[in-house]
Amino acid sequence: MAIKAKHQRLVLVGVAVVALIGAALLAIWGLRNQASYFYVPTDILAKPPEADRGVRLGGMVARGSMKTAEDGVTVNFVVTDGKASVPVRFAGIRPALFVEGSGVVAEGRFQNGTFVADNLLAKHDEKYVPREMQHMTAEQARQTVAETQ
Amino acid sequence: MLAEIGLGALWLAASLAGLQLLAGSFGLTKGGEGLAGIVRPVAIMQGVLVALAFAALIMVFVTTDLSVKLVAENSHSAKPLIYKIAGAWGNHEGSMLLWVTVMGLAGAFVALVERRLPENTMLATLAGQAFVSLGFYAFLLFASNPFVRMSPVPDEGAGLNPLLQDPGLAFHPPTLYVGYVGLSIAFSFAIGALVTRQVGPDFARAMRPWVLGAWVFLTMGITAGSYWAYYVLGWGGWWFWDPVENASLMPWLAATALLHSCGVLAARNALRAWTVMLGVVAFSMSMVGTFLVRSGILTSVHAFAVDPKRGSFILILLAIYIGGALTLFALRAATVTEGERFAITSREGALVFNNVMLSSILGITLLGTLYPLVTEAMGLKVSVGPPYFNPTSALFAMPMFVVLMVGPLLRWRRDRMARVGWVVALPLGLTLAGVVVGYAMGVRHVLPLLALAIAPGVVVASVLPLRGRNLLRAPLSLWGMVVAHLGLGVALFGMGCDSAFTAERLVALRVGEQSQVGPWSVRLDSVSPVAGPNWTAMEGVLKVRYANGAAQTITPHSRSFWVPPQTMAVSALLTRWNGQLYTVLGEETDGKVGTGRWQLRLWWKPFVPMIWLGGLLVALGGALALLSRVMQDLKRRTARTKGDERRARVAQLEQA
Amino acid sequence: MMAGDEKPRAPRWTLWLPLALFGLFVVLVVVGLVRPKDTTIESHMIGKPLPVFALRAAADGRPGVATTDLATGKPQLLNIFASWCIPCRAEAPVLGELAAKGVVINGIAIRDRREDLATFLKDLGNPYQRIGADDVSSVQLAIGSAGVPETFVIDGKGVIRYQHIGDIRPDQIPLILQKLKEAEQ
Repeated sequence: MAIKAKHQRLVLVGVAVVALIGAALLAIWGLRNQASYFYVPTDILAKPPEADRGVRLGGMVARGSMKTAEDGVTVNFVVTDGKASVPVRFAGIRPALFVEGSGVVAEGRFQNGTFVADNLLAKHDEKYVPREMQHMTAEQARQTVAETQ
Repeated sequence: MLAEIGLGALWLAASLAGLQLLAGSFGLTKGGEGLAGIVRPVAIMQGVLVALAFAALIMVFVTTDLSVKLVAENSHSAKPLIYKIAGAWGNHEGSMLLWVTVMGLAGAFVALVERRLPENTMLATLAGQAFVSLGFYAFLLFASNPFVRMSPVPDEGAGLNPLLQDPGLAFHPPTLYVGYVGLSIAFSFAIGALVTRQVGPDFARAMRPWVLGAWVFLTMGITAGSYWAYYVLGWGGWWFWDPVENASLMPWLAATALLHSCGVLAARNALRAWTVMLGVVAFSMSMVGTFLVRSGILTSVHAFAVDPKRGSFILILLAIYIGGALTLFALRAATVTEGERFAITSREGALVFNNVMLSSILGITLLGTLYPLVTEAMGLKVSVGPPYFNPTSALFAMPMFVVLMVGPLLRWRRDRMARVGWVVALPLGLTLAGVVVGYAMGVRHVLPLLALAIAPGVVVASVLPLRGRNLLRAPLSLWGMVVAHLGLGVALFGMGCDSAFTAERLVALRVGEQSQVGPWSVRLDSVSPVAGPNWTAMEGVLKVRYANGAAQTITPHSRSFWVPPQTMAVSALLTRWNGQLYTVLGEETDGKVGTGRWQLRLWWKPFVPMIWLGGLLVALGGALALLSRVMQDLKRRTARTKGDERRARVAQLEQA
Repeated sequence: MMAGDEKPRAPRWTLWLPLALFGLFVVLVVVGLVRPKDTTIESHMIGKPLPVFALRAAADGRPGVATTDLATGKPQLLNIFASWCIPCRAEAPVLGELAAKGVVINGIAIRDRREDLATFLKDLGNPYQRIGADDVSSVQLAIGSAGVPETFVIDGKGVIRYQHIGDIRPDQIPLILQKLKEAEQ
């Protein structure tokens, strides 16, 4: 009979409350620091994010700007929103519908005036979803979600 | 004709659900007892009818009846049969029909077999189930009718998203759905128990097999979904924390917590209100997840396609069901007393810790998933990904795993660490040693290091409860727990290895050139066009060699589908006992056909299949536990029937 | 067993907490549902003249489309479509209605087969005055369209004035007419 029953329950409730509050605080702190923000070229030039912060850049791939580097895997291009333009560098397999003139969302970091992308998300596939079918299946949505924001 | 039969069956099933609700509610009142008798047969009939409607939909897809709009929009006559069938639920309307079908069948099954609970709690439960089903029937019939005809009849269907044309995926959504909707039974049980205020060990024992069943399906669904994302998306990752994945993870977390608290309630009559609450929360998470995914609220790219009507419809359903259940909980939970007490160092104490940690992870996941909505309301667009989810969830998961090493060895009610001390020292020691070894091997990141250190501890600790027992005579439910916990350890090891030791290489090769990734050498032998039933592709032939072993051939390709026109990269995987080689073929880099170099992305992922093997083990553990519960129940039933017969015989003899 | 009344218990109001949290969630998503979304990326070509192109005829009985056909002094529509695209089917009657109101509609069929297109036009009507065949999506990309269907309002000088992404719904006919009117100035 170490601890009185009454106190045991209080301790349990206390632990639970502390954990849940901790979780909430942690979540808020984490979200403030880790959420990656979405920029268009105008915004990213006006208010550039810190160089080590993961962000997303969305816009159109400027025509005639796409160049493959010597190594065959790095590609450089310019993303524009019509008002401003940002050079982007990406090394990796490009999504199938990624072509000049199409919309793109790049994930990565903005460093020294160049956006270094870890990942490219092509904006549309060729098939628009009509109103009737717009509630996609989980898997289509998985795909779309991966392409958005 | 088939479509009309299906629609008729659906309407009939919906009316029966209405009848079930009325009869169940009146059956509970004084004077309404006469109605109580019809509730079970009605529930069974409703299940049969809705299953019939679903069968009709599948038949319409199998015969590719293009006059049905849903078929025209989602199928194509040139599609292989298996994908025609899968096409029935690979769209919004069909999947909602699957949802109510599972719900109706689960209700029918409960009505058929569940005899443990007092009859009035059963009435309230079946009425609750009917109430929830009714809303989804309404949604289906008024806002997403799958049987609508279309005119003029198109010559050919639009096809199915190529990403969905994959055998694993064809059966992944139904598995998840059985899990999601199976939790509705727990929800209805919780409502029934709140209405009649009968929360006790019997309630937990009756609810547990249903929760277990749903949980097994959820576990399999999540495991399969993760593997699908891994090899279809071609990014080499196995969990992306996107809203769709979170939508399946959240009910799983709640159901896992519920499973463990059910155990406490069944064995010790404690954690009553908490268990009821989790019963409500688990299915609520299924509904919230489905809503978030379906309403388009979190998927904003096809903005013009969002139909706010459907989103609002589900939202109203959510508000009624979840809001109603939580109100009932707030009103009634105070009269459901907290039950037995226990010390902190006890089986219950460990399970409470497990519950608190799981709930915290659930809360963190929910907040992270909703956060983009919060900021969008303030005009900021953000996306929340692994940098948030990984550390925050691990902060709660890791302590939970440590307690998991100890908890199953503790006694109910009160125990002393000294009693289990030396046994526990083994896994805990292993964990500490794991940290040192991992660090020595060059693992510097905290999360992989912790995962690699804790995993062996969990694996060893999971089999410790079998210590000193005759393995053949140990109860099946104990085996279930052991296997499930073992699976967790195995999965954790896979995750740790994947993030700590994966080697990645991105190269551009000419035909005949060679590259190296981890212990593998990879040579590009040729790239040539190939054709499939409804696609054409560029196929790369790779000769790969592990260390100095024999050469093997794998063929990643990049596929173009005709209907609808879409391109996707199909990765090629080579599995060894100690890991997987993962290859993706990109495009020709210089754009000039025949002269250029081909992009190749290569990964060597040591022990990564352990992740899914572990997931399957967890599901297997759940299945074993479920089997043991069902067998116990059958045994008890036979015993009771035999006893009744014997008594009847004795009575007869006495009369004679 | 100990008597129930001895037990320290969480205060009553805590039982309402889950409901309150759920209420917050509902408020949040209602805001999310109600707030209009505008996240599609528009063509950067808006306000610029059409790029120079000339497409061969895609169907019998209608000429192809070239840049010069679109600068005739009168605003016109340029509709990007395909017979394999389901929303285009939904859109066809709406285009028919616009054509009946005297709007000049030019079509560009994306990666289409001649016989499929003929069936499409036969079944759903042909509101187009000209239909060009864009077999490699080159014009589509050049004018900044990323999918089908999309509709551009071109003014009398051949300048792109408005881009409509997705199918034109019946209730959007006035919007299109309005944009055509604006393009006249």
